[in-house]
Amino acid sequence: MLDFTRFFAELYPARWAILEGVGMTLVISALSIVLGTILGIGVALSLVYGGRLQRFVVRAFLEYVRGTPVFVLILASYYLLSGVIQLTPFQAGLIALTVFCSSHVGENLRGALLALPRGQTEAAKAIGLTFRQTFVYVLAPLALRQALPAWINTAAELVKASTLLSVIGVVELMLTTRQIIARNFMSLEFYLLAGIIYFLISFSIERLGRRVERRVSLPS
Amino acid sequence: MTKPVLEITDLHKKFKEIEVLKGVDLTMATGDVVSVIGSSGSGKTTMLRCVNLLEDFEQGSITIDGEEIGYTSAPQRRRRKESEIARQRSMTGMVFQQFNLFPHMSALGNVTLGLLKVKKLPKPEATAIAERWLERVGMAERRNHYPGQLSGGQQQRVAIARAIAMNPKVMLFDEVTSALDPELVNEVLNVIKSLAADGMTMLLVTHEMKFAYEVSRRVVFMNQGKIEEQGAPEAVFRNPQSKRLAEFLKNAKF
Repeated sequence: MLDFTRFFAELYPARWAILEGVGMTLVISALSIVLGTILGIGVALSLVYGGRLQRFVVRAFLEYVRGTPVFVLILASYYLLSGVIQLTPFQAGLIALTVFCSSHVGENLRGALLALPRGQTEAAKAIGLTFRQTFVYVLAPLALRQALPAWINTAAELVKASTLLSVIGVVELMLTTRQIIARNFMSLEFYLLAGIIYFLISFSIERLGRRVERRVSLPS
Repeated sequence: MTKPVLEITDLHKKFKEIEVLKGVDLTMATGDVVSVIGSSGSGKTTMLRCVNLLEDFEQGSITIDGEEIGYTSAPQRRRRKESEIARQRSMTGMVFQQFNLFPHMSALGNVTLGLLKVKKLPKPEATAIAERWLERVGMAERRNHYPGQLSGGQQQRVAIARAIAMNPKVMLFDEVTSALDPELVNEVLNVIKSLAADGMTMLLVTHEMKFAYEVSRRVVFMNQGKIEEQGAPEAVFRNPQSKRLAEFLKNAKF
């Protein structure tokens, strides 16, 4: 069973490796959330306001991404894209997670935009706002609030999905853990540790998200 | 009559196959208060929305203060550019049945948005104008409240302030009391009455017959996409000429 004395003895020399792994997990997750959100906003805008062709292309992209396991996206990004351009595992992983994130953000935001009452657009138009102004000052603030809970969920999902990057050799927390275990065979202890760390990251995101949600909730 | 501030000529509007406006003509002078009455589906709200360019129309023209809005008729009929249409929309102020206040902005924020972004006024000036109008509709103390914290009547008064603060040539009211609890109707109607007394040009679609009778200079009865009868409130309500209007008034329990 769990051997704590030995575990701590093994943990100490591995501490920097683990911290680096955590760092990599956080960095690649955060980057893909930011980039995926930007791309996702573009996806949502295309789906709601785009022309017929634009909607068709973006819709096809979305269906493909959403119908594909993240694991496959990661492998495709690394092995298929590498045939075209030279990508480091980090870059390939970032692309895969960004695309994954954008499909979720895009779909959520599309729903949020469509759910806004028509009266909001009409009232904004009636006082003479242009479409762009209507979007920036009225529609976007309301839609982003609406999409926030799902967005937080996506962020937590991404952190968990980043574990899959270990298979293409991104040295994040999961791969670090496996490397440590390969040395000391303490799989139970170190997987448990990794699990706890992932839980803490996800939990923090959820908590932080709830706080932001409360901050921006509409006063009533 | 002075130069008309609003002139609707031969307005036609279709929704798919159904023709909802079949040639409407209406002229208003500065300071006119005109109420439009008629049963549901008669086209009165659609007409009002055309004046605010919230609906396209296929035929006819609408002129505000001498400027043809929405479309150019010469050399050929063409829809104007979006930026042009946005500017022309601000020539009229629209108040909606459902208030449509922006829920993420305070009462003051709702009123200043157009002043800041459309009129491009500096913030202190926009705030001063907004506060003056909020005061006018009796909402000054609640200027920092959000729509969710206000009653329906209060929201509608803020919506009136939001529209009128843009200094429109014509104010348009689209059944503005229909969504209100009965005891909140009067606070809104009183605000409209006092604006009318100040000489604001107003076109109202309403189901409040008593109010239409009291506040209007002219009452227009619409039926099946056309203006069937119009005249001074006294004449329209006391001595209807058409059979449809007589019937409508009987059912409206005026």
